[in-house]
Amino acid sequence: MSALLSVRGLTAGYGGPPIIEEVSFNVAPHEIAVILGPNGAGKSTVLKTIFALTTVLSGAIEFDGADIAGGKTSTLVTLGVSAVPQSRNVFRNLTVEENLDVGTYAAPPADKVATREKVLDLFPDLRAKLRQPAGELSGGQRQMVAIGRAMMCEPKLILLDEPTAGLSPAYLERIFDLLLDIRKTGMTILMVEQNARQALQIADKAHVLVNGRNFASGTGKELLADEDVRRSFLGGGGE
Amino acid sequence: MELTGLFFYLVSILIAGGIYALLCLALNIQWGMGGLFNAGIAGFFAVGAYASAILTTDVSAKHLGGFGLPVAFGLIGAGILAGVLGWAVARICVRLKSDYLAMASIGIAEILRLVIVNESWATNGSLGLAGIPRPFGEFVSGRSADLVFLAYVWAVVLIVYVVAMRLYDSPWGRSLRAIRDNEVSADAAGKNIEKFRVQTFVIGCAFMGVAGGLSAHYFRFLSPSATDPLLVTFLTWVMLMAGGSGNNRGAIVGGLGIWMLWSVTEIFVNRLPPEWVTRSSYIRMLLVGLLLQFVLQKFRAGIIPEKSPPIRFREQESARDGRAR
Amino acid sequence: MIEFINFYLFPALAIGSVYALGAVGISMIFGILRFAHFAHGDLMTVGTYGVFAAAGVIAVSPLLLAPFGMALAIVMALLVDRVFYQPLRKLPTIYTVISSFGVALIFRSLVQMFWGSQNQVFNSGGVRPPLVLFDTFRISVLHVQAVLATACIAVALHFFLSRTRTGRSMRAVSDDPELAEVSGLDTEKVVRWTWIIGASLAAIAGLFVAMDTSAHPNLGWNLLMPMFAAAILGGIGKPMGAMAGGYIIGLAEELSSYHWIGDQALISPSYKTAVAFIIMIALLIVRPQGLFKGRLL
Repeated sequence: MSALLSVRGLTAGYGGPPIIEEVSFNVAPHEIAVILGPNGAGKSTVLKTIFALTTVLSGAIEFDGADIAGGKTSTLVTLGVSAVPQSRNVFRNLTVEENLDVGTYAAPPADKVATREKVLDLFPDLRAKLRQPAGELSGGQRQMVAIGRAMMCEPKLILLDEPTAGLSPAYLERIFDLLLDIRKTGMTILMVEQNARQALQIADKAHVLVNGRNFASGTGKELLADEDVRRSFLGGGGE
Repeated sequence: MELTGLFFYLVSILIAGGIYALLCLALNIQWGMGGLFNAGIAGFFAVGAYASAILTTDVSAKHLGGFGLPVAFGLIGAGILAGVLGWAVARICVRLKSDYLAMASIGIAEILRLVIVNESWATNGSLGLAGIPRPFGEFVSGRSADLVFLAYVWAVVLIVYVVAMRLYDSPWGRSLRAIRDNEVSADAAGKNIEKFRVQTFVIGCAFMGVAGGLSAHYFRFLSPSATDPLLVTFLTWVMLMAGGSGNNRGAIVGGLGIWMLWSVTEIFVNRLPPEWVTRSSYIRMLLVGLLLQFVLQKFRAGIIPEKSPPIRFREQESARDGRAR
Repeated sequence: MIEFINFYLFPALAIGSVYALGAVGISMIFGILRFAHFAHGDLMTVGTYGVFAAAGVIAVSPLLLAPFGMALAIVMALLVDRVFYQPLRKLPTIYTVISSFGVALIFRSLVQMFWGSQNQVFNSGGVRPPLVLFDTFRISVLHVQAVLATACIAVALHFFLSRTRTGRSMRAVSDDPELAEVSGLDTEKVVRWTWIIGASLAAIAGLFVAMDTSAHPNLGWNLLMPMFAAAILGGIGKPMGAMAGGYIIGLAEELSSYHWIGDQALISPSYKTAVAFIIMIALLIVRPQGLFKGRLL
């Protein structure tokens, strides 16, 4: 099966020394891929680089057959890539409805109303809050608005930067369940996660990054079983 | 023009250029070292001018005065009053984004203009103050007085320059530049940012007041038009930007150089066809505005750039600018 | 009381409308481009003289010629943004502030070069008699027009910002520029619309001032401080707040010179313009985010 996203030998940074070096991995269509690693490993930088928010020094990024390395963020959205940043990921003064609407501007879906219904079916909590400013919602609901906004342009690939950061364990499970639902609609998800153990349980594929370089790759189950990975990231016990 | 005429024309340019050099040094302390945007230079300049004039003139029925102090005391008074005013503005605004300081300083300048025009018991309103003494005026007169004044102005410039250099190299100056270049890490290092900024602003304003005082003594006459924000504020900004903000020598070179250029354009525009001569001052203003844009776009470091390049955090800084708001 | 209404309240609402129209632009530019636009007053002047130039050719009421002034102001604003402000966008915004300071000078000297620095009175077909209501209220027709026009603009702007795609994009960029970029919004288009709206409203505001008194090159510059005060009062990035702020500043200015106690004006009319500044300073101390919870930049 050919990859939807293919990252090869990617070296990138923010103008200074490179943050990630020679990173390579593939994401197949309709899978949930997770990037794991300790703090400062460059996980978020990988997402930002794919989304053209950093400076690519060398390497290639191919999405759906097109070379997108060093492109423009707005073109990526039209190509079918959406991103949800880690924090500050909703327009706080815009209502939930407006937040979702803004998500369609860069790449309008064929049927806006149908897409919105589809998103709201995934996040039924939001139906009652459509006219409320997004800034007034709880952290978990804001995360839903953010993911919903990203889904409104019907992307092929969604990039999620730590979707569960700062959420309570209960919400964490809900978000992960939602991600499985989203995959069922045919979208592909690439996300960065701190909660490695839970993430590996839902992930089809996982890539571990250490010091900005590839460390290990495999299916969620493989990595959960891997001795090295376990010792370094998953700890001995439950957390 | 005969030779002596030319010589004294040059003297007059050097005097005014010296006063502008002083303003540039003062602005350099605020902007070049502290990163504080002062858009009300004219206001602090005017306060200094009126303070020094009132302190040194003889008794007059038309305005506050009769202190008859020596010029040096007048200038000190000018510096103190302008500094106190600067302190009040800085206390309110330094913790906010620099745009607010710009608005507040411009507002202060406008209010001062109102006060000067309206409180005629102190300032003689729009009629202005006359008979302002020159330093050592009792000993020299006529054209040689200009030479004495030239020396006096540049002596003050030298003093302020030495003070500014001392400040620049002192631990105080280093802290200040650290704050300017990276507020977050300076804050983390335990620097009291607000206090440093207020001090910077006050020192700069005090020197602007001294510059105002000197101009009053130079022209011997003072009216509200001297507080014209266009000329004083804009020109000083252009001068510092062109000279090299962050560098005291650059400030002096910019002040003197742009003033010479400004004076030369006067000769030049006077040769324009008659229908344009009446508009010459507007053409010159337009040129100053365009010069500022040119410097901002292509020549940001100035003629003499800051010598120890600031710790470059520019990119992170602008990135942070976007993110933090 | 009637004197109060005729000579203070209605003029206050009229000047409040002018401040409101100017402050909306300042607030939007501050919210979206993130800098205090010091050339906004002079942009107003440019728009006013655009109408003035058109009035020299076409002999109709200057109000009907407003589109000419708006067009001139829009062209100048877009030009200045393209040539001077845009290259500075990557730098700390203070450089753009300095640049706008210089642009103010450029605008003013251009106006002076083309039209001279004397007062120019609009030839609007003689003095119009005031509207008389109930034999007691005498209101200048122009003041009524200004207030009505501002009200219509406020409603239209509200619908534009809350219902249209461009309007929502503008609010999104104002809310969070980074997220707007991530969402793929066309930021440059939003910037263009900000200038178009800001410049048109500035031109209309300037026209009202010029028709009420006269046009002169310092017209806009003199209004800059109250407009800034109104924008801060309303909360940066809150256009409707800026409108309200404009009226509050206008009322405060006019009413401060009314003889509330005894025969003396509360504040000498010659210090009227200081009132806006004092309100602004008080606000910066007490509540820098403005009355309507705007953003603190």
